[in-house]
Order: sequence, then C-alpha cells, then structure tokens
Amino acid sequence: METTMRQTWAFLFRGYHLTRRYIGWVIVFNFYAIVTSATVALIGVAAGNYQLTITLVVGALLWNYMSSLYNEIAMSIAYERWEGTLEYTFMAPVSRLVHLLGVSLYSLINSVITTLIVLVALVFLTNLTLRGANLPGVLIIVAVSSLAFVGLGLIAAVFPVMSAERGAEATHIFQGSLLLVSGVYYPIEVLPRWLQPLSAISPATYTLAACRKLFGVGMSGSTSEHLSGAPLSAVTHELFVLALMGAVLMPFGLWVFLKVEAWAKRAGKLKRTG
Amino acid sequence: MERTAIHVRNLRKCFRKRSRFRKVSELWALDDVSFSVAEGETYGLLGPNGSGKSSLIRILSTLLIADTGEVEMLGHALPAEQQQVRRIIGRVSVDAAFYKKLSARENLLYTALLYGQKARDAEIRAIEILEELGMENTKFSTPLEEMSRGMQQKISIARALVLNPPLLLLDEPTTGLDPKSRRDVQTFLEKLKEREGTTILLTTHDMAEAERLCARIGFLAHGKLVAEGTPGELKLQANAIDLDDAFIKLTGEELSDEELVAVEE
Repeated sequence: METTMRQTWAFLFRGYHLTRRYIGWVIVFNFYAIVTSATVALIGVAAGNYQLTITLVVGALLWNYMSSLYNEIAMSIAYERWEGTLEYTFMAPVSRLVHLLGVSLYSLINSVITTLIVLVALVFLTNLTLRGANLPGVLIIVAVSSLAFVGLGLIAAVFPVMSAERGAEATHIFQGSLLLVSGVYYPIEVLPRWLQPLSAISPATYTLAACRKLFGVGMSGSTSEHLSGAPLSAVTHELFVLALMGAVLMPFGLWVFLKVEAWAKRAGKLKRTG
Repeated sequence: MERTAIHVRNLRKCFRKRSRFRKVSELWALDDVSFSVAEGETYGLLGPNGSGKSSLIRILSTLLIADTGEVEMLGHALPAEQQQVRRIIGRVSVDAAFYKKLSARENLLYTALLYGQKARDAEIRAIEILEELGMENTKFSTPLEEMSRGMQQKISIARALVLNPPLLLLDEPTTGLDPKSRRDVQTFLEKLKEREGTTILLTTHDMAEAERLCARIGFLAHGKLVAEGTPGELKLQANAIDLDDAFIKLTGEELSDEELVAVEE
C-alpha cells in the first residue's frame, strides 16, 4: 500500500515540477483558454440574452474542463515519447493501473484549476451572476462525468502507443468529434440528422444537459439577477447515464490500453521513434 | 556453485514491416541467441549498429517480447514475470532519457518514487553516487538541458544505481562521453562490481572498455552470437593481436566510421 501511494505520488510530483518548469507555456494556454471561452460567451452578451449567455458559459467552461482532462491523459504517452522517457516509465515496476490513475489524478487536478481560472475570468467578463445556481449539483455531475472522460482518455492514449507519427493526430480527431456532436455551443437538433445519434454516446452531451438545468437554463424563475437552478432530482437520468458510462469506460479503457501495450511490445513500438 | 543471473536460450525476434504495396519484409533482429551471465559477472556484448544488441537489452528490460526462446533474469522468466524482473534491474541507455526541463534532483526523486523508494533515502544515495562519479552536487538543481552530455550520462547512471539493483543493463553507457568522463564511469563500474557484486550486461563499441571491464564478451553480428569467451580466448580463437582484430575476423564486420567517431568523442 505504501509503495502504491509513493508510485501514485511520483506522477503528481512529476506533473507539478513539469508545470513549474513550463510555467510560461501554462500561462499562455490558460490565457488562450480564457480568450476562446470568453469570445464564445460574449456572443450571448452581445445578443442581450442572459439565457444564451449562461448556455454558452456552461458550454465553454465544461468543454474546457472535459477536453483538458481528456487531452492530458490521451497525450500523456505522446509527451513521454517526445521526451524520450517512454521506455523508462514502462520499465518501472509500477502497475499500469497505478500509472494511468496517477496520470489521471494529476490531469484532474490540473483541469479543475484551469477551469476555475476560466470561470473567474468569464464571470468577470460577462458580469454573469451565479446566485441561485445549484453549484453543489454541478460539482456532483462534473465529478461523475470525470470518470467517463478519464475512460475516454485511456482509450485515446493507445493511439500514440500504436503510432508515434499518427497517434497524436488521432487523439485530436477523436476530441474534435466529441466537440461537434455533444451540444457544447448549440442544441443537438441543429446537427444534420445523420450525426445526431452520435451525441447519445458522448458523455459530454449528458454533462452539459444536466449542468445547464442545474445552472437554471430554461427554468422559469431564472432572471439575469438571480438564477433558479434545478434540484439534483431533475437530472437523475443524466447522472445515471454518466455513472454507467464511467463504470464501463474506465475498466474498458484500461483493458484496451493493456492489450495495445502487449501488442506494442511484440511489434517493437515502444521505442522513442516508434 | 555460481548462480545464473541472466539465462538466454534460443532467442529469436523478427520485425515485420508492411510496405505501401502490402508486401511484408522481415528483419531478424535476433536469430537463435543463447548465452548466460553468472551472478556478479560483467558480460560484454559487442557488435555494430543493427546487430541486435539494443533489441536484446530491450527484451531483458521487459520492453520487447521475443518471438521464441527462453529468458530468465535471476530466476524470473520473461515475459510471464515482468513485474518481478522490473524490480531487480537498472538500465542505462545510450541516450540519457530524462525530462530535460527538470533538474537532476527532480528526475532522480521521480525515479525513486516510481520504484516505491523513500525520496529522502534516494536523494542521499544519489548524491553519494554523483560525487563518486566526479560531479559537484551544486549541479544537482540545474535543469538537465543545461548540462553536458557527459554529466547527463552520469545522472543516468546514478538513476539506475540509486535503486541498488542486483542486475544492471548498460547499453553503450560511455558513447559520446569525453575521455575523462568515460574513465570516471569505467572506474566507478569496476568499484561497484567489487563492492556490491552487481551483475552487469554491457553493450559497447569500445573494445578497450570491453577488455577492461568484461570478464567475458560475446560478439553479435546480424542477430547471431558468432563468438563468446574471455578477451584472451577470443583473441586466441581468431588468432588476433587485439580485440579489434578478433572482432573483425570473427564477425566479418568492421565498426563503421560513425561508431568509431562515437567512441573517440
């Protein structure tokens, strides 16, 4: 148990010091996250429509969190390849479960911090009030949906294992597809009919739908001065689906990763240049 | 009776590559390689680039799975007992694989934690090893990207040794080092062997290094172990005046100009 705790701490230790050393880039990425989120949210402000503003703020904020979480995990193998440390990590006597959970835990912490920074910036830039929103309910939904996104990240992390050249590209295509079909900035109904069924298999769809209700979007009684966030009982369907997705995607993601790792070891794909 | 630390028998590894027109080409990285290394022995593997040295080291490091053959590391069979083998080996590769932005201290502490060791104990041991390798501990907090190749490689060796493994896999550890750094590393390895009885498998292009450090040497060429023995036995077998000559006669290969330059640097 002590060994497992130290090994998990190793990934947090590594992540913290790398963030510290690359702080310039961290600032740039956070600035970019704030700017891209604000440019979307300000569409609602320009329209003079606070419901639209909240819808877009929720979309920008949650997409920022979910994509950050997914991306950090999915790209963890690609980063190690670029650094040349992939073989040393895979050679260490740490179980793949602990390895991936350690990486996921750091990604989670990093994503929460980034999202909080973006939230503060958005509230400041849009003069949005959060009074009346069911923030504890939002935290529960985000926590449960995180499991599903960690699972998706684990699945996507195999792409850089399979191909040094194409792997990172594939993770971004996957991420982009989730952005398109999940109703981040527009209702799913505006998508072409043949794309709409795909939204049902994206965890982001349910996360966004639930959080919008909890923020009071579309709720009678919500005003620009005071929101009327829905109770948690109003989002039990989304909560159930997200919990189910997390329960399936996390172990499935780990299973896929282990299978691909075994293949990569037979094919000699763990070298720095693949 | 000496215990066997590394046991390799009939090892084969083929890499298959599919071309644009679906044609599959095969490259036999290792072709029926067999050898053993006794506990506490330093065994050298010499061969030109592409001879299979790195593939062999990667198999022993649990990073590559052989197609056929037996591999046992201190009684643990691969690939079935990968986790057990990972606990007993340390590896130094030709490219110092570090997080370049992190300092030596941060890299070494990360490795220690990854292997389940206490950070404080690892830090003390790492400083002792680096001082023995002729490195000032003022450099401990400098980002690795600001260090010379020689210093980076010393940190790489310290990383492998801070774990105190009974088995060391050294893949061209002194390639690209200046003469003083190379000598520091070689002297350190000799003392390590005397003090700790560590079993060492060393791949190198440097014949003088092989002759100095290794009790026995194997010559690899085109994935095959073409000759094996003490430096004296190999010279006798080839009727050669030195190990360079023995290598060329027994393998039919010369080290390339690039490999010779790497040794001389």
